Amino acid sequence: MKNLSQLKVGQSAIIDSFTDKKMALKLLEMGCTPGEIVKLDRIAPLGDPIAISVAGYLLSLRKEEASTIMVTSIK
Amino acid sequence: MEPNQSFVNFTEKNTLKIALVGNPNSGKSTLFNALTGLNQKTGNFPGVTVDKKIGTARLTDQVTADFIDLPGTYSLYPKSLDERVAFDVLCNENNAEHPDVTIIVADASNLKRNLFLVSQIIDLKIPVILALNMMDMVEKEGDAIDLVRLSERLGVKVVGLSARNKNGIEELKRALLQPLPVPSYDFIDIKKIAPEIIERIKSVQKVKSDFAAFQLANNLDESLLVGQKNTEANKIADALNTLVIDKNKLQALESVERYKVINRIVEECITRKPGLRVKSVTQKLDGILTHRVWGYVIFLTILFFIFQTIFFLAAYPMDWIEALFVTLSDWATHALPQGELTNLLVNGILAGLSGVVVFVPQIALLFTFIAILEDTGYMARVSFIMDKMMRKFGLNGRSVIPLISGVACAVPAIMSARTISNWKERMITIMVTPLMSCSARLPVYTLLISLVVPHDKNNGFFNYQGLILMALYLIGFMAAIGAALVMKWILKAREKSYFIMELPVYRTPQWRTVGLTIVDKVKMFLVDAGKIIVAVSIILWFLTSHAPGNKFADIEKKYNDPKLAGYMVPAQLKAMASSEKLEASYAGMLGRAIEPAIAPLGFDWKIGISLITSFAAREVFVGTMATIYSAGDAGNTLSIRDKMRAEINPKTGLPKFSIAVGFSLLLFYAFAMQCMSTLAIVYRETKNIKWPLLQFFYMGAMAYLASLLVYQLLK
Repeated sequence: MKNLSQLKVGQSAIIDSFTDKKMALKLLEMGCTPGEIVKLDRIAPLGDPIAISVAGYLLSLRKEEASTIMVTSIK
Repeated sequence: MEPNQSFVNFTEKNTLKIALVGNPNSGKSTLFNALTGLNQKTGNFPGVTVDKKIGTARLTDQVTADFIDLPGTYSLYPKSLDERVAFDVLCNENNAEHPDVTIIVADASNLKRNLFLVSQIIDLKIPVILALNMMDMVEKEGDAIDLVRLSERLGVKVVGLSARNKNGIEELKRALLQPLPVPSYDFIDIKKIAPEIIERIKSVQKVKSDFAAFQLANNLDESLLVGQKNTEANKIADALNTLVIDKNKLQALESVERYKVINRIVEECITRKPGLRVKSVTQKLDGILTHRVWGYVIFLTILFFIFQTIFFLAAYPMDWIEALFVTLSDWATHALPQGELTNLLVNGILAGLSGVVVFVPQIALLFTFIAILEDTGYMARVSFIMDKMMRKFGLNGRSVIPLISGVACAVPAIMSARTISNWKERMITIMVTPLMSCSARLPVYTLLISLVVPHDKNNGFFNYQGLILMALYLIGFMAAIGAALVMKWILKAREKSYFIMELPVYRTPQWRTVGLTIVDKVKMFLVDAGKIIVAVSIILWFLTSHAPGNKFADIEKKYNDPKLAGYMVPAQLKAMASSEKLEASYAGMLGRAIEPAIAPLGFDWKIGISLITSFAAREVFVGTMATIYSAGDAGNTLSIRDKMRAEINPKTGLPKFSIAVGFSLLLFYAFAMQCMSTLAIVYRETKNIKWPLLQFFYMGAMAYLASLLVYQLLK
């Protein structure tokens, strides 16, 4: 398993779990729930933050925050 | 799940209280504008620093509605102050703003995430209508939402609309008049998650639903912190005291449970058309606007336009406003009987009003840009491409716009810091923006540079005077960045700095929204900051135009002496009289009083007077210097410069405005918080006197130290 910040642009994965309890609450309410498919859409020009497609919309978050989301790759 | 039969009917009421709540970017404000138009006012929630927008609309001939636009929020977990306000208004029946009906605004094109907040509000069991906004977007995508089915599944009335096109607004108004059921079902069974907690809360507190009880327990710490309804909070704390509560876990369970139900509902109610989506336009635009090269080129171009507009374009209407007030003052001086009251009206009140109104063009122009950038969705991209750079200094990607605008004027710039949602980043932006060299410093810089820096024609483009001016702008920028860095370490964060933020779909800007934003900002500035500015102007007027005892009368008698008229022309006599009067005035006394403190900087009491009067606006320095050196017309910089250049320091016998004094003054004006309008707007924006005071003293300290250092080194 890897974390969301390790995905490559265009790659999709399924959310598995969170490593930061407080951050998880914020991410959950934004629709990042376990089982949801996320796609890494874009990385900001300076390498951080990143933009992901989730729950039908575009969400931007810092790499540090994305690294608290554990994902399983889709074959 | 048993259907709940209680209805709320308002037919007997003449005024309905209606709250609008919804996610950021759900079009909530657009709907609020469509409902209320220009009948809006901005107030304040009691006790907290959150703006409250209220508007009225007529529903029928008999019934009017007061709409309140609650701060946008993604959930009812109150993390920020804004969200806490929204939460309290909805849940607390004793809150003065507690509504009769709540309109939940949801973005239909982004239904899944929007339904999260909807589901929480449904579980509060208060009368609600779901306004499903942006139905036009859904149609454009070729999708279809079954509104009847959605209404059945949620147990609330659903109205589909498009606030931008004003479609469905009348339907929504009509729906408000009909008897409204409180939501019929619990969205999720919260009792399964926390049975014990809910039981205990219900035994000590009357609540409308299990979820309301659950929320009370979860938000206990916050309500204790704010000090709201302390006795109640204590009662609840007592009831819970033996329970071990893992709030994070409970909330996480609740969220997961909600999304499970939401996924099922979305599945049932939306028919999606396969194939190409409208959202791919956003994809393509993002490809350019967040591109590693074009993204910055475009952003810099936009910044350049904003800067040019508020720096140069605004100058014309500002000149007209000033001319208008000059005409008004002249007229009043001649039409009204001479005396203290006329003097107060012309030189105190009118001068103060002119100092307020003159900001309007800059504010209006800057907010035209900002409203467009916000409304199109571009502003979120600015954050996206600038975040990494700005984060290092404790700033936000959005801080770039206030900082650049600060080069024209700090007042609109500080108002524009509103778009920064993180409290700490916003405060730092507000605190450091006045260090950017604003346009009011320019006349002071020009005068002083021409006074002490030799003008060398030979170097052409790279002459010393130009280089020094550029250096001053650079110093201002470096000081702002440096101060931000220091504050990043000192200031304690109220909330963790998240960057978890939606990148909304690009849309064409709405001129109505832009117009209302401008009206709102201008009104806010005129009313809230305006009264402080006028009050300070009157104080400054009093200080400069009054003296203890009969001093003024004595001076006038002296210069009215017919013997003097033989030696000098009347204009010269008049100038000398005003100079002597200013020196004798309370401001003059203050100047003398602070002389020991500013002497180490190379300033005498005459400069001291200018430091005090230029608190009205930095450029007043030039006018005061003109009066003190009896140079007559303040518009004639050359004559002021020549008079100042001729001034001899009695102790040294050398010119008083030496290089050391000149540079010391330049740096003082670069750093010092010499602007009551900025302080007034900082107070308005932070709603706490602590911040403008802090700003005044930290910038003053920087100015003092810099001037001290330069004067002592160069003298």
